[in-house]
Amino acid sequence: MDFAVWIVLFPLIGLLFNTFFGKKLPEKIVGWLASLMIGASFVVALMITLKLAALDPEHRVVEVTIFRWITSGNLTLDFAFLIDPLTSVMILVVTGISFLIHIYSIGYMHGDSRFHVFFVFLNLFVFFMLVLVLGNNLPILFIGWEGVGLCSYLLIGFWWEDQKKAEAGMKAFIVNRIGDFGMLIAMFLLFYYLGTLKFTEMFPAAAHLWGHSVGAPAITAITLLLLLGATGKSAQIPLFVWLPDAMAGPTPVSALIHAATMVTAGVYMIARTATLFMLAPTSMMVVALIGGFTALFAATIGIKQMDIKKVLAYSTVSQLGYMVMACGVGAFSAGIFHLMTHAFFKALLFLASGAVIHTMHGALHKVHDHDTDPQDIRNMGGLRKYIPLTYWLFVIATISISGLPGFAGFFSKDEILANAFASEGVGYVVWGLGLVGAVITAFYMFRLVYLTFHGNYKGPEGSAEGLKESPPIMTAPLVVLAILAIIGGYVGLPPVLSKFHLFQTWLKPVFEPAYSAVHYHPHHLSHGLEWLLIAVSVSAAVIGLFIAWLMYIKKGLIAKSDDEQSGIQRLLLKKYHVDEVYNAVVIQPLIDLSRYAWKIFDAGFIDNILVNGTARAVRVFGGGLRRMQTGIVGNYALMIALGVILILAALMGR
Amino acid sequence: MTLWLTAIIFIPFIGALLLLALPASNSKALRIAAFAIMTVDFIVSLPLFFAFDSSTAAFQFVEKIDWVPSMGISYHLGIDGISLLLVLLTTFLGPIVVLGSAAVTKSLRGYFISMLILQTGMLGTFLALDLFLFYVFWEVMLIPMYFLIGIWGGVERIYAAVKFFLYTMVGSLLMLVGILWIYFNTNIPGVGHSFDYTLIMQHSSFDVQAQIWLFAAFALAFAIKVPMFPFHTWLPDAHVQAPTAGSVILAGVLLKMGTYGFIRFAMPLFPDGVVYFKPLMLILAVIGIIYGAMVSIVQTDMKKLVAYSSVSHLGFVMLGLFALNTQAVTGAMIQMVNHGLSTGALFLLVGVLYDRRHTRLIADYGGVAKVMPMYATIFMIVMLSSVGVPGLNGFVGEFLILLGAYQTAPIFAILGATGVILAAVYLLWMYRRVFFGEITHEENKSLKDLNLTEWASLLPILVFIFWIGIHPNTFLTKMTASIESFLTIVAR
Repeated sequence: MDFAVWIVLFPLIGLLFNTFFGKKLPEKIVGWLASLMIGASFVVALMITLKLAALDPEHRVVEVTIFRWITSGNLTLDFAFLIDPLTSVMILVVTGISFLIHIYSIGYMHGDSRFHVFFVFLNLFVFFMLVLVLGNNLPILFIGWEGVGLCSYLLIGFWWEDQKKAEAGMKAFIVNRIGDFGMLIAMFLLFYYLGTLKFTEMFPAAAHLWGHSVGAPAITAITLLLLLGATGKSAQIPLFVWLPDAMAGPTPVSALIHAATMVTAGVYMIARTATLFMLAPTSMMVVALIGGFTALFAATIGIKQMDIKKVLAYSTVSQLGYMVMACGVGAFSAGIFHLMTHAFFKALLFLASGAVIHTMHGALHKVHDHDTDPQDIRNMGGLRKYIPLTYWLFVIATISISGLPGFAGFFSKDEILANAFASEGVGYVVWGLGLVGAVITAFYMFRLVYLTFHGNYKGPEGSAEGLKESPPIMTAPLVVLAILAIIGGYVGLPPVLSKFHLFQTWLKPVFEPAYSAVHYHPHHLSHGLEWLLIAVSVSAAVIGLFIAWLMYIKKGLIAKSDDEQSGIQRLLLKKYHVDEVYNAVVIQPLIDLSRYAWKIFDAGFIDNILVNGTARAVRVFGGGLRRMQTGIVGNYALMIALGVILILAALMGR
Repeated sequence: MTLWLTAIIFIPFIGALLLLALPASNSKALRIAAFAIMTVDFIVSLPLFFAFDSSTAAFQFVEKIDWVPSMGISYHLGIDGISLLLVLLTTFLGPIVVLGSAAVTKSLRGYFISMLILQTGMLGTFLALDLFLFYVFWEVMLIPMYFLIGIWGGVERIYAAVKFFLYTMVGSLLMLVGILWIYFNTNIPGVGHSFDYTLIMQHSSFDVQAQIWLFAAFALAFAIKVPMFPFHTWLPDAHVQAPTAGSVILAGVLLKMGTYGFIRFAMPLFPDGVVYFKPLMLILAVIGIIYGAMVSIVQTDMKKLVAYSSVSHLGFVMLGLFALNTQAVTGAMIQMVNHGLSTGALFLLVGVLYDRRHTRLIADYGGVAKVMPMYATIFMIVMLSSVGVPGLNGFVGEFLILLGAYQTAPIFAILGATGVILAAVYLLWMYRRVFFGEITHEENKSLKDLNLTEWASLLPILVFIFWIGIHPNTFLTKMTASIESFLTIVAR
């Protein structure tokens, strides 16, 4: 499968071309070239998947070595790809969604002064994302991992004239670096214990080493460190704080990087190293709890946000929590399934919200209003009359994410909750967290729909006439995503409906070794219980929807302004003050300590007292000695005489 | 015996003599001549890379001529996998620092003569295999650098130059005592007392107590040069006051003299001393990483920030060397080169801005990316290389150092790895304040983007920043044999 390397070469060619020639070329060429390169990658991804499917299930592991990267002692690292069913799902999702978002961006970024730079960064992102999911060893995965982080930094701060945006990019990078620190240490530990960082060698070695001492401190430490990395990239507690701020980036970036692909890398990484996690039950429990709590916690914040993208951002954090939770209860395949369906409906939500912002922006621009925030839902309302297509697309995605039956999100979320319920240990707890999270998800999503699209338009006077549907180049990709957000779930029908679960069967060879390493057999629920669980989770979604309807349609509530909020509402609005706490506990002390280290210790103690103090002491001492050199011969003679007497005295005294 | 290495060392010196023949007033001719001499030296040295036999740890292209036979002093040169890349780094940076001197106008002839003699001193230090010869070159470097800072430096240049000189001098004098002690305590069959490095390595072994003292004497000299915490305070002053090119040489090559001294002399000559001092060295290395990074965070002057970041980066190198493991030492070696390239480039870049605005204060900028997009792009790449983003050179070094260090000194590796986070903090924060946002100072609105000379000085460095990051094995394989041999001597 040597042709597989083309999947990363196409984006590379695209970005190099646009780097050197993009500035002078018209937007159309730059944008379409970048998009077509990703389209080509998508075709390669399809070909890879078909080739893989043609092999026997147990032979669906293909390695493609491109060149030798590092050799040093017993460490050998190749720049090489690992192609298996998990990779194939990831590359299809990544290239497919990226392709659509590239096309959308041609419309969205139209007229931007750094149009070509945007597409260079976007291509670069796809390149690194593919390296991440294709790497056959942890350091190559890490190249992609940090690479996508870099692109995220560059794209969040794409409009860096605004210091706030630049700051958000920086925050994303630094917070992720904390997670990366965990990844690095995990790699060092793995190399220490296993002598290899290559997946195909590492997993059997780990199973061999810890298979009989499941839960040994070393493997627990390794997996917890990997989890730290995942909490950074996939925005979980405690490192989720960067993702909401990341919405400062252009909306296609929010859709692609901060919803559909990059932020799922943590989930991918946990699934990829499933064998390691299975060997550490404690870590699995922590993974499940972090996922479950994040799912609920972020959902509650989503209730009170007024910025259309912020709602979606917290929603993403919450949904990622579901995926992490799935991994934590051993349902890796369900986690990846939700990763995929989430990519469809969340990309759709973001792009549709981008279309809304685009519309609002255009309308406000027409009346020369530059103070009204085009992303604040309090300025919207009633938009369904003006942009019906966007409205319906948004509604489809909302139904999908809420987990209403028949849509993609339903199947994957239901599978996660069923697996959580069936699992031992913290199973019920995380199921409960997920279920409450599901109620809230449906609530905040329909709240968003109602406030944005229903009721009366609340924008500035006269601007309503400017509300226009976005151009086809933006809406066409949305339609494709909407179709996927509806039908994307049918590759994974629950056992009560079908005996054949295509998605799970496809991924089975990947996770089978992880299970067999610890002789784990997933529990199966009875059909009756499963129907009951489906009924419960559907009711959860309906309850959420109903409350939202009651509040925002029936009672016609409108969102209150910030000052009117009190108590718990205010706490939610202020996102539980996590940023402020981090600032007070970590950032400010670090800066204070650094300043102290510099001013007091470095300049004061070392340099002034020790170094220059020595110099001063020498000068004082020398100055004292200088006084003895009076130049008066009499003094010298006196000293000589005294000296002679002293010596004689000393000699006689012996 | 060829005179290849001799040629590489002395081409700059001869060039310096030739400059004397040029009129002091013709600055254009002086610049071209200096650039040509440095370039010729680089071209002469370049084939070394290809002719070098990486399968052996033995010294290659050896030249040995008796110098003062009665004293056991010889003119002995040679190159191995440890010095190869450092020599090439030095000759590579030669033409670049000449290009980076565009802003210098004061007594240009003396300036370039200093620079060329300095080049000879540095190359000699890397290539000398006789302790006496090594010491001579080591001290030769001091004088031109002293002039470069003291004459062509900033406002506080005299203070900085004297501090640099005295600091380094104190260290080297103890080393000289050590060298003399070695001379009087070696007795090579058929030769007697000797300063010859290879002979001493083969025939001499000093008792443990002596090794501890000797290591301490050498280590002080080298630790000051590196500089290791707490001997680093000369560095920020020297950097801030030195002209751009001086800073580039200082960061690019001179600091490597310290780490090179450890790996070439202090460690293999006194392995028992290494055993004794290893914990202390590891502690100081890790303090250097974290402390240097923290102090960098709060700097208000860009050059000072980069200077303190050197303390942090060199801390990584020291951690790698004293972790005494293949990956760690390999990482340390490549990190020396990386630091030379990345920090050298950072100083060039800060110089670009300084030449235009005559201030290095971060607060005087903001929004620079708007008027100097190319400059901002290059700065970004170099910054990311310094931050250690994978795909660029810095990552390879840090990764290998920490990976290797973890195998022998896990706690230090974990502590050191926090430096990876802090590096992102100080560099990204500085970048944001200088380049992003709206332009807040009127004077910055008319800043010109990179000119041709500046491009020419930066592009070659960028090539290697990418090359080492993407295909490090080109360079790593050159060092393998020498590092294995080093470890068999030191890590017993």
